[in-house]
Amino acid sequence: MLYEQIASNKRRTWVVMFGFGLLVLALGAALGDVFWANWVSGTVIAAVVAVVYMAIMISQSTNVVMSMNHAKEITSVDQAPQLWHMIEDMAMVGKVPMPRVFIINDPSPNAFATGNDPEHAAVAVTTGIMDRLDREELEGVIGHEISHVRNYDIRLQTIALALSAAIGLLVSFANNWFWWGGSRRRSDDRDSGGNVIGIVISILLIILAPLAASIAQMALSRNREYLADASSVELTRNPQGLINALRKIDDSQPMQAADPNSSALYIGDPFKNKKKMGDLFATHPPIADRIARLEKM
Amino acid sequence: MGWIILIVVIAILAIWYVSSYNGLVKTRTYVQESWSQIDVQLKRRNDLIPNLVSTTKGYANYEQGTLKKVVELRNQLTAVPADDHQKTMEVSNELSTTLRSLFALSENYPDLKANTQFTNLMEELTNTENKIAYSRQLYNSSVASMTVKIQSFPSNIVAKIHNFQGSEYLQVPEEEKTTPKVNFDDFK
Repeated sequence: MLYEQIASNKRRTWVVMFGFGLLVLALGAALGDVFWANWVSGTVIAAVVAVVYMAIMISQSTNVVMSMNHAKEITSVDQAPQLWHMIEDMAMVGKVPMPRVFIINDPSPNAFATGNDPEHAAVAVTTGIMDRLDREELEGVIGHEISHVRNYDIRLQTIALALSAAIGLLVSFANNWFWWGGSRRRSDDRDSGGNVIGIVISILLIILAPLAASIAQMALSRNREYLADASSVELTRNPQGLINALRKIDDSQPMQAADPNSSALYIGDPFKNKKKMGDLFATHPPIADRIARLEKM
Repeated sequence: MGWIILIVVIAILAIWYVSSYNGLVKTRTYVQESWSQIDVQLKRRNDLIPNLVSTTKGYANYEQGTLKKVVELRNQLTAVPADDHQKTMEVSNELSTTLRSLFALSENYPDLKANTQFTNLMEELTNTENKIAYSRQLYNSSVASMTVKIQSFPSNIVAKIHNFQGSEYLQVPEEEKTTPKVNFDDFK
């Protein structure tokens, strides 16, 4: 089960990288076509930017994600003995190395894990979760995060996050040029019919890109939460702790420090999106469903 | 032609034999390693108990009876022969239960709970208790995988030739016995 999950996560990571790569290239081509009437240069620039960005993100992913979420690293057990000991326990029983530990100064209880693989993983928790949850509950949460580490969910999610952030960057870049640079050029050669189609495609891409990115991110995360909950119970042997933890996480105010792009990483939706219509686009399965599954154990 | 087939068959058998043997050695090492993890924590707890006694010394009426029992069990634990894992865990489980009741009773001593030295010590002891429980969980799961290797065909042949012995599972205390059934079928 675990090995299948790891293999599938590694495979999906490649598919996601490939898919996002295509999307970035298409976007680059469309933008190149609009601004310079030359899709080749757009594609080349997008490819270069994408490769450089991906290289930086992959090598720095943990630090980038942590600073995006205002998380501060703690490096010794004395800074938070309980938390440190619990992470140590869960890493031991999950047979992964001790991850780096980060704390987010936010009164809302939440936690997430990130990194490229179990050897380079990190776990972050909010100060709120340390204040409000008792030992058994927090242990369930840490078990959940260590399960994400152990089955390579973190690699897939971190790369998806990096790539969707890249597309966001590209789109906002394009938006700026569309208003400032694009209009000048458009008046120069308004007689070329092909450009109109190019512009339409570009607009579509500019609208579609963020949507595609967010849907891809959502597809990555939902079933994983159920699985990580179950794996956590396998480690702690204590479903009640996680059930109570999920209740407390659900019953709290939204987070201030969380980064919107990273919301899928968190154990509970940090922004508490309760819209019914949002169900299809929700990054997290409803807490009630997760509790129901845990209660069956 | 016949020779080549014979050599190939012998080579395959030799490779199989070596890899089963190495597999058995590996699982045996895992079992030994996970025992030493438990052992480290047991020693650590034995070192912490005198601190508990000295920290609570100023609080004359602090659960003398329970405290005395803790110290007795600790001394008993150090006297158990190192290779008697079952007996060691038996005493250790009793010590865990006594310590847990001591922790629960400390709720009645507000001034003791305000003592940071005491709260630090409590965290250390709780941490050790949890680590003992988790390393026992690991130990039992590595014993399980070793048992499978020793008993299943064909690796049982190699196990028999080299006299690999399975280890006994460690007893889990009554109050921790309710193991939840984790069902992964929903995620397939």
